[in-house]
Parts: sequence; C-alpha cells; structure tokens
Amino acid sequence: MLTDEVGQGGTTASGPGNNAGHRGGASQNLVQLITPQGERVSHPEYDPWVRDISDEQLGSLYEDMVVIRRIDTEATALQRQGELALWPPLLGQEASQIGSARTLREDDFVFSSYRDNGVAYCRGVDLTDIVRVWRGNASSGWDPYTVNMAVPQIIIGAQTLHATGYAMGIQNDGADSVAFTYFGDGATSEGDVNEAMVFAASFQAPVVFFCQNNHWAISEPVRLQSHVHIADRPAGFGIPSMRVDGNDVLAVMAATRVALDRARRGGGPTFIEAVTYRMGPHTTADDPTRYRDANELEDWAAKDPIRRVKALLDRKGLLTEEFEAAVQRKADAVAREMRAGCTGMPDPEPLDIFKHVYSTPNSWLDRQQDHYSRYLASFGAPTGAESEEGGYSSYVASSGDPEDADSEEGAR
Amino acid sequence: MTQMTFARAINSGLRKSLEHDPKVILMGEDIGTLGGVFRVTDGLQKDFGMHRVVDTPLAESGIMGTAVGLAYRGYRPVVEIQFDGFIYPAFDQIVCQVAKLHYRTQGHVKMPITIRVPFGGGIGSPEHHSESPEAYFTHTSGLRVVSPSSPQDAYTMIQQAISCDDPVLYFEPKRRYHDKGDVDETLDLGSALPLEKARVITDGRDVTLVAYGPLVKTARDAAIAAADEGVSVEVIDLRSLAPVDYAAVEASVRKTGRLVITHEAGQSGGLGAEVAASITERCFYYLEAAPVRVTGFDVPYPYSKLEMHHLPSLDRILDGVDRALGRPNSLSGLEG
Repeated sequence: MLTDEVGQGGTTASGPGNNAGHRGGASQNLVQLITPQGERVSHPEYDPWVRDISDEQLGSLYEDMVVIRRIDTEATALQRQGELALWPPLLGQEASQIGSARTLREDDFVFSSYRDNGVAYCRGVDLTDIVRVWRGNASSGWDPYTVNMAVPQIIIGAQTLHATGYAMGIQNDGADSVAFTYFGDGATSEGDVNEAMVFAASFQAPVVFFCQNNHWAISEPVRLQSHVHIADRPAGFGIPSMRVDGNDVLAVMAATRVALDRARRGGGPTFIEAVTYRMGPHTTADDPTRYRDANELEDWAAKDPIRRVKALLDRKGLLTEEFEAAVQRKADAVAREMRAGCTGMPDPEPLDIFKHVYSTPNSWLDRQQDHYSRYLASFGAPTGAESEEGGYSSYVASSGDPEDADSEEGAR
Repeated sequence: MTQMTFARAINSGLRKSLEHDPKVILMGEDIGTLGGVFRVTDGLQKDFGMHRVVDTPLAESGIMGTAVGLAYRGYRPVVEIQFDGFIYPAFDQIVCQVAKLHYRTQGHVKMPITIRVPFGGGIGSPEHHSESPEAYFTHTSGLRVVSPSSPQDAYTMIQQAISCDDPVLYFEPKRRYHDKGDVDETLDLGSALPLEKARVITDGRDVTLVAYGPLVKTARDAAIAAADEGVSVEVIDLRSLAPVDYAAVEASVRKTGRLVITHEAGQSGGLGAEVAASITERCFYYLEAAPVRVTGFDVPYPYSKLEMHHLPSLDRILDGVDRALGRPNSLSGLEG
C-alpha cells in the first residue's frame, strides 16, 4: 500500500471492467453469458475468462446452487419450527454468491454481510456454525482464520472498510491475495462504503467490492438508494466497475476473475454490481407483500439463477436422472447435517456472557462476573451447568406470573 | 533521564513501538509529512517510511474501519484522531466493531488498536477542538481508556497501550503537550506501573482528590495550596479511566473519609458519577461526607473567552475540597 502513485491504477487498468474513465452518462451494458432460457451466449470480452470451465465444473456450480438453496429452505423451516430465532434468506442470489465465492483462492479473505451464507458454505464453514448466530447461541459462528472469511457483518456496509484495511495489509506484506467484500444495494448509500472506495482507490488496495444489487433493502427499492446504476458510481472514485447479470453464474464468475486478476497484478480495486433479486423476505420476520408487487417477483422468478443453468445442462445433454438424483442426495444430506447440528447444539452457559469481552483480565468485569456467579450459586446450582431440577433455571422457569400463563393458555 | 515535552515523550514512545514491532502502523490525518498538527508524530514517517506512518484521507470512520481490517490481518494500528471533537464519525466503527469484535468472534480475532485522541480545553480553540468525550468510551465494554498526565507516563503508557491486545483509547491532554518533565527512556515496560493502575501523586490525610489527564497538574497545585491552609490532600492520578483502579481509590478514601473528583467533561453521566457511586458502594461507612464532583458544566464546550469558567480551576477544586471537609465554601447555607 501507500505508494507514491496513489490514484493512478483506475485509469491505467485495461480490459473488461475498465470503466474508470467513464463519468456518468450512458450506463453500462449488463454482462450476460447464460440467458434466462439457458442459452449460452457469447461475449467477446468475457468469454475468455470462463473458457476453461468444463461441463463437470458447470455441473458442480449447479450442485452448489441447489445445495445453498436447500440450506436456505431448511433454515427457513428451522425458524418456522422455533429452532432458529431468525434467518435472512438468500433465495434468488445463488448465482451471485456461488459464481463469486467459487472463484476465490483459499488465501483470499472474505468480508461479507449476514445474507451471504452461500459464500460461507463455499469457504468451508461448518453447517452448524452457519446457523449458530441465528439460534442465538453465539454472536458469530466460526474462527475467521480457519476459512479466511470474517464473521458476517450486521452493520450495513461496515465490512467494506475492513476489507479495504485488510487489503492494505496484504499490500504491505507483498502478498498477491485479495480482500473480497460482499454488500448490498442499500449499503452503497452508507458513508462507510463510500469511504472504503476512497481509501481503496487512493492506496490502490487489492480489494474487490462485490455488490449484490438484490433490488430491496428491507422495504426500500434500489431507486431510493441510487439515481444511476450502482455500477456507474465507482467511476467517480477512479475504480473500474462491471455490471453483470447476477443470476448468471458464469457471468459472475467471469467478472470476478477479471477483478481478482487485476488486484493480484497490483492494478488496485474493482467494483462489481451483480444485478440480482431477493426473492424472499428480508428476514423470516419480514413481510414483503406489504411493499412489493407480486408481478415483480414473477418477472424475476422467470430469471431464476438455478433454472437457467439446469436448462443449459439439459441443452448440453448433461442433465441425466443420475446426475439430478446425486445433486438432490447431496442437498438433502447437507440439510440433514445442518438440522442435526442446529437442534443438537448445546446451550451456552450463563457465565459465558462474560467471556472474551477483553483478551486480558479486566478488574471491572471480573468483579461483575464474580458477583453474578455468587448470585447464581445462591440458588444452589453450580454456576456452570445448572441442573434440571431446582436451581437457577427452575427459578427462572417458575418466576413468571402464573396467572399470566393461565390466561395465555385460556386464550389459545 | 532526559528532559522533554509531553508531546516529545509520546513521539519517543511511538518511535520505540515502531522499532520494537514491525506490525505497528501509525495512521491519521496529517501525521506523516507534517508530523501531526501538534507535531506528536514529527519525523516518524521520514524514519519509518510511508508504509508505517500513513497519511490517510479525511474520513475518520474510514481510518477506523481500515484499522480494523489491518488488525484482522495481524497489524497493530495506532490511529490518531486529530481532535477530540472529530472522533464522532468514527464512533460507529469504534463502538460496533473495534470494541466488540473480540467478543463477537469468541476471542479468535484480536483488536490491538490504539486510538490516540488529543483532548480537553484550555488552548483557546474554536468549537470541536476542546472536548472531553471519554465517558462515551468508558461506557463501552470492550474498550480500555487511559489518559497520561506526565511526560514519563505519556512515554510508557503509549507503549503499553500499543502492546496491549485489547483496543485502547489513549486520551492526550493537549494543553500539557508543551509541559516538560524527566523521562527515563530506558525504563523497561515490564517494570513500569501496569496500564490499569492508578498512581498516588501526593500523599495526604484529609481528603482524596481524584483527577486524570490535564487536571492532574491542577489537582497537585491545589494540594500544595491546601497544605498552606493546613489541609492535607491526597491526589490520585487515575491514569486508567476504564477500568478505574478502584482498589487504589478505595484504599485512599478509607484513610481520608472524603472524596473529590474532578474532570473537564460535563457532570451528568460523567466518569465522576461512576467513581462517586462505586466508591460509595464500596466504602460507604468510611465516608465522612458525600463525594463531591468538580467538573465542566453540562453545556456544549464554550467559546474560548469563557472556557476558563468551564474548566475546573485550582480555586474551584479547593472550593470542592472545602465542601468535602464541611468548611465554609461557595455553597455554604444551601441544602444538599
């Protein structure tokens, strides 16, 4: 990082996505390599970037997308069954997440939002760890350094700065890894995302900004966030950008490769707008019928990312019964494993609340922990695992107003 | 021992840290070529390069957020916020990320970030250049907050803060930057007073006077003046504002039975309230009088022609000492 040539890369990079010189005006064409009908269409600039993708790899991408949709469906069911407190579905965004995440190298580092569970799956995150947060058993699911993916960010857009800082570190270390950050269309309004682009451009940091424009930030449509195509905004920062069909796994992969290649060669940041659609609610607590037209959903269902790859495989004669059955078996196995991991997850211990606030002893907190530990012990239960009968948990269970419980029962 | 200014002592401590650990990176606005608006980082970029001492764009959240990313990568960023009143754009990254990432990741990701903040008034500045925002941060779990009051502590505590695996807010009393003192640059960090410990500056029997940062000098001067009137004041320099070394304050109050706390920040919800409450809880039966707070008013930091009314002065502190002792004071005759 921090060379004398700050701010140069955006205008010197060449090849696809070099729109840094582009200052507004006519917006970029949407890059598409597979049509919604599953037809492979050629694109002179982007074809070379995915020419090596074999039929087998295409099948594997299809399987990944089916699997993460299955993860999404299973997690939604777990929430409806009371096993998860909340779940943010990715339905519709499978191609964006798989096409990008499957392109990353192991030593690249991902900074994502909470909706990128398909990315987590690709990084090798344990299925149980994916749902840990949503069950309320922890504030995050995994050790970031084992999978080179930060724990998902809830504050909108904050992770783009972390990715940029991480990229400055990569640059300082002289490595050719890339920091890759996922965020949504809503995040592009946040100051942090704009500041991240300023830092990334000034220091020519090896970071890729991957925006999944899924058209909705809870109830707010993308037109409220941006008066121009989102991909037209990075030009103002001197960052080359691409606007790709986010429901086209090959187009996403090609664009990702362009961006990663530029970053690895010292060409600085790239911005990718993957135009996709959030077919589900914001979270399981949301009701999109309150704010969006059913016709819109129908239009996008016709552009489903999985269906088009399936159609392409069919055209190629690769969609055998055997293949389909194998994909389904894999998806079901993943779902079963996740469900078992979720329901079998041990509850945290009460005193875990004090763990890891600091990495070194802290006299204030140690005293509070000591006092609460004594409080718990005053019920006669061990402070670690309280017993089934008596003790702290039975105190909590019985401390509610019995009349309230009765009336609630009566109301059912 | 070398005589040096407070600012120079921080500079020397930063230099030691940069020499000691290649992962230490300084970031901030104007800290490189210029050496900082207070010259605290003077000469460091020249000696360590622009990769280690980084002039950043003018975006405080951006500085803090990229520092988080660098910490993720294994670096130890030392961030300078140019003035106290400029920290608020970075507040979200400090409170939601810097303070919580270790907890969020169950200890997997450390955030050894030091945030240097010149703070406090008394230098005749316009708005946003004289604030004391420490209580926002002492209220935030996951952060450590410290404030040195002497060149020696400035020198050692900046190194301790940088080597600490937890994030540390390091509040620098900017009106003391030019004060000189002896600094032992050979002092081994291991044998120095730990970062979390308070220090008794002046022994006394009658009243415990708690101060930190810019007001430690004022408090010491007040103790000298009180001694002329036969009142023995024990001055404690908190040094660490989160956590506060209550054992040290408690030991003193058990001896004196009276407590006065002073800070430049406004009174409501300030650190003085927390110290008063905690000490009352811990040694109520040793107290001879209610704890007294001598603080800035609950007003926006005033324009400089009035700031000396806002800042606790030697006389206002002595008036507080008189209240704690039940001697005639400005509020004599008022109930409560």
